[in-house]
Amino acid sequence: MSIVLEAKHINKYFKKPVMFHVLKDINFQIKKGEFVSIMGKSGCGKSTLLYILSTMDTDYEGELFLNNKLITNQSREHLSYLRNKHIGFVFQFHYLLSEFSVLENVMLPAKKLAKKSHQEIEHDAMEKLKMLNIDHLALKRASRISGGEKQRVAIARALINNPSIIMGDEPTGNLDSHNAENVFNIFERLSNEQGLSLLVVTHDGDFAKKTDRIIQMEDGKIMT
Amino acid sequence: MANWSVILNIAKTHLLTKIKQTSTAALGVTFGIGAYITLVCFMTGLNGMLDDLILNQTPHIHVYNEIEPSKKQPISLYDNVNESFNVVHSIKPKLSQKKIHNALPIIKYLEENKVVRCALPQIKTQIFYIAGSIELGGNLTGINAIDEASLFNMGDYIVEGSAEALQNTDNGILLGIGIAKKMSLKVGDRVQISPINGGVFPLKIVGFYQSGIADLDAIQSFTNIKTVQRILGEANNYITDINVKLYDIDQAVSLSKKIERQFNLTALDIKTANAQFETGTTIRNLITYAVSITLLIVAGFGIYNILNMLIYEKMNDIAILKATGFSGKDVQLIFMSQAMIIGFVGGLLGLLIGYGLVSLIDTIPFQTEALPTVETYPINMNPLFFVIGFSFAMFSTFLAGYLPSKKAKKIDPVKIIRGQ
Ligand SMILES: Nc1ncnc2c1ncn2[C@@H]1O[C@H](COP(=O)(O)OP(=O)(O)O)[C@@H](O)[C@H]1O
Ligand SMILES: [Mg+2]
Repeated sequence: MSIVLEAKHINKYFKKPVMFHVLKDINFQIKKGEFVSIMGKSGCGKSTLLYILSTMDTDYEGELFLNNKLITNQSREHLSYLRNKHIGFVFQFHYLLSEFSVLENVMLPAKKLAKKSHQEIEHDAMEKLKMLNIDHLALKRASRISGGEKQRVAIARALINNPSIIMGDEPTGNLDSHNAENVFNIFERLSNEQGLSLLVVTHDGDFAKKTDRIIQMEDGKIMT
Repeated sequence: MANWSVILNIAKTHLLTKIKQTSTAALGVTFGIGAYITLVCFMTGLNGMLDDLILNQTPHIHVYNEIEPSKKQPISLYDNVNESFNVVHSIKPKLSQKKIHNALPIIKYLEENKVVRCALPQIKTQIFYIAGSIELGGNLTGINAIDEASLFNMGDYIVEGSAEALQNTDNGILLGIGIAKKMSLKVGDRVQISPINGGVFPLKIVGFYQSGIADLDAIQSFTNIKTVQRILGEANNYITDINVKLYDIDQAVSLSKKIERQFNLTALDIKTANAQFETGTTIRNLITYAVSITLLIVAGFGIYNILNMLIYEKMNDIAILKATGFSGKDVQLIFMSQAMIIGFVGGLLGLLIGYGLVSLIDTIPFQTEALPTVETYPINMNPLFFVIGFSFAMFSTFLAGYLPSKKAKKIDPVKIIRGQ
C-alpha cells in the first residue's frame, strides 16, 4: 500500500512566553485508505501536530512527506496549492464563510483550484452535498444552518477537490451525540466506500475504537 | 496564480454585506474627486479668462524703436583717452525717430518666416481729444482693423460697432469707452482730435473699445493706419510698431533675440512682458491641487479605516480561505480589489458630480464691466482633468488599501483557528 502522509523526526518548540518543547520526535505513516485517529490529553500537542501536518504551520524541525514528496521548506505559494488540492481540513468549530451560501462555500476551494468549469464545479458540489444528505440546504446562507449541518458542509468542502487526505481536529467535539455519530458514520463511509485516507483527532474513545488505528499521544510524544 | 473571478466574487460579497460602511468610504472619494473636478475646471477657466484678457491682445513679439541712450558715448571714440577712466554726466537719450526704418520690407521678411503667423504694422501716437475748451490726453493707434480682429481678437473688445466698420470708414475712429463716457459721445458722433504737432481733425465714431482695463479705456482709441499717417503728415511707410504673432508661443524668445540682432530694433517677447502673469496662474493651480489632494487624503484615510475594520471583522474568513488553499497573495488581492472597487465607484461618481457642478456653474451669469465678452462664470472643461481625477482616485485608494491588505496577507491562520 502506498503511503499518503509521513512524518519524520518532527520537533516543535514554542519560544514564547517561555521555551517549550511541544512536539518531541514525532514519527508515523498513514497509508492510503487508512482511517487513523489521534488521542491524548488536552494540551499534549495534538492540534499543534495537525497544523504542521496540514502545512499551515511551517515553523518546525524534521521532514514531512505528502504522497512521498518532501513538502518541508516548500514555498508558501506551493504549500497553498498543496492544501488546496491534496488536503481537506475539518475544524472543531464549523468554519464557513458566513455570508456565502452553503453551495458557494463548498465550491470555493474548487474555484481556487480552477481545474474545472463553473458548471462542473457546481455539479460536483451538489454531488457532495447529496452524499451528505444536505443538498436541500444548498442555497441557504451558511450562517442560517445548525451546527451539525455546518459540520457536514465543512466535510463537503474538504472533499470537493478529491484530496489525498482529510484531517479533522476534534470535528465532533462541539456536536451532540446524535450529530457526532452522524459525522463519524460519514467518515467511516468515505473510508470504506471511497478509500479515502483520514486522520482525525478526537477525545471520544468510542469514536476512536472504531477507526483502523489509534495514535496515542502524551506530552508531545507518540506512545503507540 | 490569481483567480480573478473568485477573488472579485469574494470582494464583492464582503463589500455588499457592509454596504453602509463601504458607501461612506466611496462617498469620501466621490467628494474629493468631485471637488477636484469642480475646482480645477473653474480655476483653469478663470486662468484662461485672465490670460485672454492680457495675452490674447498682446503680440507674441512686439517690435519697436526704444528711446534710449547710446551705448557708446562720443568720448569712447576718442583714441587719446583710451587708457583713462571716463565719467560722463547727464547722459541724454540719443536723438532717434520712433519710426521703424524700412518697416514694410521687415514685415514682408518676417511674414516669410515659417514660425510667424503674421506680422501686423501699427502706428502709435499721442493725441489730444478735444471737447470744447478741454483737451484730454490720449493715445491713438493706427491699425489694420480686420487683421487685428482676426488675429488679436480685437473684436472681443469692441462693444459697439465693428472692426469692419472701422476698416471701411475713412476718418473713422474706434473710441475708448472711458473717453466716450467723459465726453458723452455716441456712435455716429464726431470727435475732434489733435496731434502733438498741431492741427485739429474731426473723426467719425464707428464704435467703442473696452479692454476691461479702465485706465487704458480712458485714453486709448484706434483708427486706420492711413488715417494716422494723414493726421501726422507722414508718408505711407511710416510705421512705429510691428506686432508679431507666432504659431508656437514658445518660439517668441528666440525669434525676438534674432530680430533685435538683425534689425537693431527692440523686440519684446510675451514671456518677458508678462512674467508676473504666469505667477498668478501657477499659484491658482497650486491652490487647486492642494485642496484636492487634501480632500483625497481625507478620503484615503476613510478607506484605510474601513478596510482595517473589515479585515478585523473578517479574520475568520481569512483563516478559512488560507486553510482551504488560498495564498496570502490571493487574500491580499481580495482586500486590494475591495479598495479599488471603492475607489472606482467613488471616483466615477465624483467625476459625474464634478461634471454636474461644473455644468451648473457654466450657466450662472457672471457679468462685469471689466470683461465685456464674459457672460457666465468661466469654465474650462478639459477631458484631461477627468482622466487625471480618475487616476487620482485609483492611486489614492491603492495607497489606502495597500497597508491593510498587506496585513491581511500576513495573518497567520493557525493563530486565528487556535483563538476560537
Ligand atoms: N502559540 C502558542 N504559544 C505558546 N504555547 C502554545 C501555543 N499554542 C499552544 N501552546 C501550548 O502548546 C501545548 C499544546 O497545545 P495544543 O496542540 O493545542 O494541544 P491539544 O490540541 O492537544 O489540546 C499546550 O500546552 C498549549 O498551551
Ligand atoms: Mg486541540
